[in-house]
Formats: sequence, structure tokens, C-alpha cells
Amino acid sequence: METSAITRRQVMVAAAAREIRDGEVVFVGMRLPLLGFALARALHAPRAVGLFENGVIRSSPPAAPIITMGDPPNIAGALMCTTLVDVMSHLQRGRVDVGFLGGAEVDRFGNLNTTWAEDRGRRIRLPGSGGAADIAALARRTVVLVHHERRRFPERVRYLTSPGFGTGRGWRETVGLVRGGPGRVITSLGVFGFDPESGEMVLESLHPGVTLEELRAETGWPVRVAPDLRETPGPTREELDAIRRFDPDGLWTG
Amino acid sequence: MQKVMALGEAVSRYVRDGMVIAMGTGLESCIPFAAGHEIIRQGRRDLVLVGPISDILFDQLIGAGCVSKVIAAWVGNVGAGIAYNFRRAVEEGIPRPLAVEDHSNLTVALAVSAAAMGVPYLPARTALGTDIVRDHQRLREVTCPFTGERLLAVGALRPDITILHAQRCDRHGNAHLWGNLGISLEAARAAETVLLTCEELVDDAIITSDPNRTLVPGFLVSAVAEEPFGSHPSPTQGYVNRDDRFYDEYHEETRARAGFLAWLDRMVLGTRGHAGYLSRLGEDRMERLRPRTPQPAAPVNYGF
Repeated sequence: METSAITRRQVMVAAAAREIRDGEVVFVGMRLPLLGFALARALHAPRAVGLFENGVIRSSPPAAPIITMGDPPNIAGALMCTTLVDVMSHLQRGRVDVGFLGGAEVDRFGNLNTTWAEDRGRRIRLPGSGGAADIAALARRTVVLVHHERRRFPERVRYLTSPGFGTGRGWRETVGLVRGGPGRVITSLGVFGFDPESGEMVLESLHPGVTLEELRAETGWPVRVAPDLRETPGPTREELDAIRRFDPDGLWTG
Repeated sequence: MQKVMALGEAVSRYVRDGMVIAMGTGLESCIPFAAGHEIIRQGRRDLVLVGPISDILFDQLIGAGCVSKVIAAWVGNVGAGIAYNFRRAVEEGIPRPLAVEDHSNLTVALAVSAAAMGVPYLPARTALGTDIVRDHQRLREVTCPFTGERLLAVGALRPDITILHAQRCDRHGNAHLWGNLGISLEAARAAETVLLTCEELVDDAIITSDPNRTLVPGFLVSAVAEEPFGSHPSPTQGYVNRDDRFYDEYHEETRARAGFLAWLDRMVLGTRGHAGYLSRLGEDRMERLRPRTPQPAAPVNYGF
């Protein structure tokens, strides 16, 4: 599969990895976030620790490619195997620095929906929260990874499964959430931060080759753009080598 | 009383129509598929299924018409996403209408934990402000009597029976489990009784050689059935790896109702017990799923 072209998913994984700082406790998801964690550990965050909601705590990437967090290579060589309530208690206690999330829909204030979608007026039942609502409610900050297309970017989610900033800054405090909120949304087209005043998503960078018009066309509200809009730095040689080492067949980043 | 029995007998004795059943409590591993298939073969109805996620076991029971309600955080196919029987039941009432009590992983875990601890509810800080908690019969916003903070009260959920698949247990039902545990321990403690399937039935002395690894005490357990590969296609650490291809094939085959019914006939209704299911899989496929490189833990010394 070896090609020299850099894929958008490789850009996303590199951007996700850069969200993890050394020594942080990370609530890791599957697929791209798992790769991002492996990349961060290998390069700039060798002391990061990963928590998985099924009860696994580990400091090294799984010994072989995995599809689910319960796959045997994610258990072998782990630091600790325990219960869901145990790992989620670390989250509720405030010890988790960053949690990764995905979603079928993400809105202007970073709220996520993984419960109900709609296709041509017909309601479609999605699998539901899993641990996402807990991570979104309780991590010190969250990073959302999502494919950028208009149906996934409505101004307001149809169903609020996992809380972002609700209806704006201050909402989390009002409903009783004690910390957290989304820090970054990394999409297949660009990277967003959040306005500290309003809690609204703000475009900070566009991936190489993506135009602002293209991104606007795929977003269901008038996108706010940072005054210093940049190009998302593509993966460095070192990052690319690591991505190809952890995803040799391009299963997730091809 | 003799607890060791054939799986068919265990299901026939302890699983009744209308029961609340916790299964798939380990999340993606040790899912008791063999027991679930036996429930389908014996035609149980109106079951209420409880679990954080279930991978495709809940989807199979729903498609087979055994289920009236699901209490869960996630119902799907972890590898492929959507579970089609779940969708058909919720969206179209096929094969019968399905009620869903939505949760997050932590709220369903705490609901079961409250029952395990014998209290009516536990407080939490999760899921506040979400649509999950809106008009929810088991989740209620409350004010903390100590701090005045807004909290979520998670009401207790006591299963009639919890079904677990363990690596090994003795004839009394004392079980050694290892790997990620999900909500298995709380679910065992919360339930009225526990049905265990295991990879290996072992001597009592093996269990007492490592009491820290005994995570379910036998006094909670009513029935034990030795069923190697009883978690297939989900993994059981040290015994069976995950059959990834099985999940993908299931996803493709069950896209339409007719495809699911054919799958169900071939793999469950048309097979005699778990042994019949495994012979459908074939020895080659089973062999490919057995772990290749042993990775034993260092022994610990309980001496005195």
C-alpha cells in the first residue's frame, strides 16, 4: 500500500497525537485516537498513560493491531486490568487530562450525538452513548475526531448524547458539570478550537489542500474563523514513520 | 446441591420468560454467546437485557424475538458499527417492538453497583445536561444533602440473573477471571443468581491457589457449565482470540431480515447446542483463534 501521498487521516492522527502532552492521563478511544496515543507515546509524550473504559490501563501501544479495546493484545502487557467503575472513577475524580471522542453529529458548541440520526426524514437509531457521555462530562478536556460532512455538522444536534458547551459558555456550570468541555475538534478538513467567551467552535487551521469554501459547504452553520487561520501542519517525517509503524497496512489511515 | 450441569439444563432451570438478564458485562470480551444462543434455542420471551454494551449478542437475541426491552449504553457491532436487528426492532417493531432504556456506560454500571451494594441509588456527576437523562425512569437530578451541588441519582437495577463467561471455575462456581472486567463483578453481586459458563472446570485447589483472582465467589452462583469457546466470537484472554471476520460477516448477512433468519437457522436454531455451533465453525477456524504465544503471569507466593 506504500504511497508517498499523505492521507487526511494521517493528518488527523498527527493532530490528535499533538493534543497529548507528556505525563498526561488519557482516556483513549479506538481507531484514530488509539493511533494518536501510540504516536504521542512514541514521540513527544513517553510518560502518557492510557485508560480504556472496559477496565484496561496501559502505557504502551497494544502488542498487535486491535479492533476493540477488549482484544487480547490490549490486555497482554497492560499495567492494570480492572473494572469499568474503577477507571471511570478516575475520570469522575478529575484525574483524566484528556479524553477522545467521535460522533455521528457534532454541533456549533461541540455537543455530540451518537443516539439518533435522520436520513430523508426517517429516524435512524444509532448504537448510543457507550462511555462517550461520561468522557464528555468528566474529562478535564476532550478532543473530538470526526469525518467532516454536512449531515454530521448541524447547527444543533438532534439528540444531545455527550455534552460539549451546550448552548454556550456557562451552560456546563448551570447543568451541574464540574469541569471540562471540548478543547479541539479535529475533522477530515480542519482543526477547530473553542472561543473562550461564547463556547463556539472556531476554525483554527485547514488541512493541506482544503479550501475555506469547501469546509463552509460541509458545515451546517456560518463557521467562525480565527484571525490567524493557518494550514494544519502535516505529519513530520518522524510522525509519518511512526504512523506507518503502528498502522502498517493502512487499515485506519490508508 | 450439584451446580455443574449441561448448559441446556442450566438455561432451562434458571432462565424464565420475562426475566431481567445481565449479559455481556465484560464489554467486548468474555461475552456469553453460547448461553445466549441456548436462550434463543429454548425460545425464551419478553426478556429485559442489561449490559453496558453487548457487541452482537443483544442484536441476536432481539432478532430472534426473545427481548422486550434493553437497558444499555450501546447496542451495536463494535467492529462494524450498526446492529441491524436492534435498528429494525426500534424503528419498525420487527420482529416485535423493543423498549430502550438509554444509559451511559457509567450510569448503567452505577445502577447495577447500587443493587450490588444493596442501596436504592448512587450519586454521580456524569451525563448531566444530556438528553439521556431527560424523562428517565432511573436517572434523576438531585441536590446533594451535604454540599448543595446538583448531582445525578442513579437508581438501582437488580437483574434476576447474571450470565458470565469465565476462564476457569471450580464445581462450586468460584471463578477465576482475568483481563478487563467491565461490570461483571458488580453484575454478579447485584443479581438474584448467577449462571456461569467457563473455558475450564478445575479442581478446587487451583482456585484456592490464587484467591486474589477469584472474582466471583461460588455462593452467588447457581449453575456452572463447561463450554470451551463459549464466548465465541468474542475473546477470552488466554483461551480464544477475537474472531474479527465473524463480526464482519454477521454485519453483511444480517442487513436484511431474511438474511438474519438464515444466519439464525444455520448457526443457532439448526445446531444442537454449543457443540453443534462449533462444528459449524470448523476445527480449522477454531485452531486459528487459539492463542499462539503463551504469556503466563509470574507466580505469586501466598506462603506463610
